[in-house]
Amino acid sequence: MPKKIRVLIAKPGLDGHDRGAKVIARALRDAGMEVIYTGLRQTPEDIVEAAIQEDVDAIGLSCLSGAHMTLFPQVVQLLKRRRSGDIVVAGGGIIPKDDVPKLKKAGIREIFGPGTSLAEIVEFFRKAAKGG
Amino acid sequence: MVRTRRGRARRDAVGDLLTSLLRGEKRAAAKLISLIEDDGPGAPDAIARLHPHTGKAHIVGFTGPPGVGKSSLINRLVRAYRGRGKKVGVVAVDPSSPFTGGAVLGDRIRMADTGSDPGVFIRSMATRGHAGGLALATFDAVRVLDAMGMDLIFVETVGAGQSEVEIATRAHTTVVVEMPLTGDVVQTMKAGILEIGDIYVVNKVDLGGADSLVANLKFQIQPRDGWTPPIVRTSALEDRGVQDLVAGIERHRSFLRSSGGLRRREEARAREEILESVRRLLADRARRVGSVGEALERLSASVAARTIDPQGAAERILRRATRPALTRPKVRRGRTS
Repeated sequence: MPKKIRVLIAKPGLDGHDRGAKVIARALRDAGMEVIYTGLRQTPEDIVEAAIQEDVDAIGLSCLSGAHMTLFPQVVQLLKRRRSGDIVVAGGGIIPKDDVPKLKKAGIREIFGPGTSLAEIVEFFRKAAKGG
Repeated sequence: MVRTRRGRARRDAVGDLLTSLLRGEKRAAAKLISLIEDDGPGAPDAIARLHPHTGKAHIVGFTGPPGVGKSSLINRLVRAYRGRGKKVGVVAVDPSSPFTGGAVLGDRIRMADTGSDPGVFIRSMATRGHAGGLALATFDAVRVLDAMGMDLIFVETVGAGQSEVEIATRAHTTVVVEMPLTGDVVQTMKAGILEIGDIYVVNKVDLGGADSLVANLKFQIQPRDGWTPPIVRTSALEDRGVQDLVAGIERHRSFLRSSGGLRRREEARAREEILESVRRLLADRARRVGSVGEALERLSASVAARTIDPQGAAERILRRATRPALTRPKVRRGRTS
């Protein structure tokens, strides 16, 4: 059996808007991936712990509260500290353009804003799982 | 000893993971489960070397229709057992899409507040086409968590219909979860899932209507092998009845120990696992033998043309697939363990 792609979709922080995260989870499912969705209001520690136990290839973070500059890099740092820096992290939500290069510098591989096509996101995770 | 470089690297990888696992490292547990689930190189070796370290954990299976609250109830139970200082593993199975092979695994949402506890390990698993309410690798994951030193392991089946009963042949204690307001007395009289419970739970008692379901279940449930399954009322939402369920599980556990039932169940599970491995090895071997592909094409045409029946065709393929294996020295033994 070829290795299945496993992705964790998580919502760090306090906003309760998870329609976007659910749409992504559904799209990845329809692309044949196994998606672990962990629900609302997760700490970066919760997310990293879940990612390790589930042995995922990548994490998709969704944040619409404006706290992405704090929460996203924390997830990357914690992964590194737990010897799991090979897990790719991507983010999405309402993220100002100016923040994108800073987030990428902090180790978030890609940022997907409103209007991104699902096909593009599916392709990203497929490549990420192959180590690309 | 002569060994290829690649073979040695692979062997060491499994060995390293095992060493870390026995120290209780979660990352190693996760990697071992994936290795076995993906049936990667080294998977049979890993299973074989895990086996001697298992047999200590009590395995509790949870089954019942989708949405009755299995995950929420497990979350409450995990906390109750953590309060008693026990380490708990959870393997939660959800279905894979029959069309794309994808899955959304959502059981973890209900367990969000226990997942980061150092004494808890939760793994979500997709069925990957396996019927019966479990994934093929579910009990290999249980083996990993057992070897890791978990005291209890909870296995949550997919939201089961009336005939997903495989869990009862695998777990030590099977808990069947139902909820009120889902059907009349005839529903509880049907064969299948309502025969396999060692404990029955009526969850969501906060909804009302639990009395009639409890009465219907009482009418249906019969003592089996000296054990009368109790009916426990719970509300995972309001955290009610959870200690009663803990008491029920513990009582069944003592009963199994004192009655010899534990050994019988272990042997029954071993029997199922051996047969499953035989089926898998035969299927693998049939696929690996080059000439089987041709034969399959030819025989499919013959079956469709009604010149041979499917079972006769299967027997021919089996003869072809097993014959060369007898002369081949390299038989992988690990997988049958």
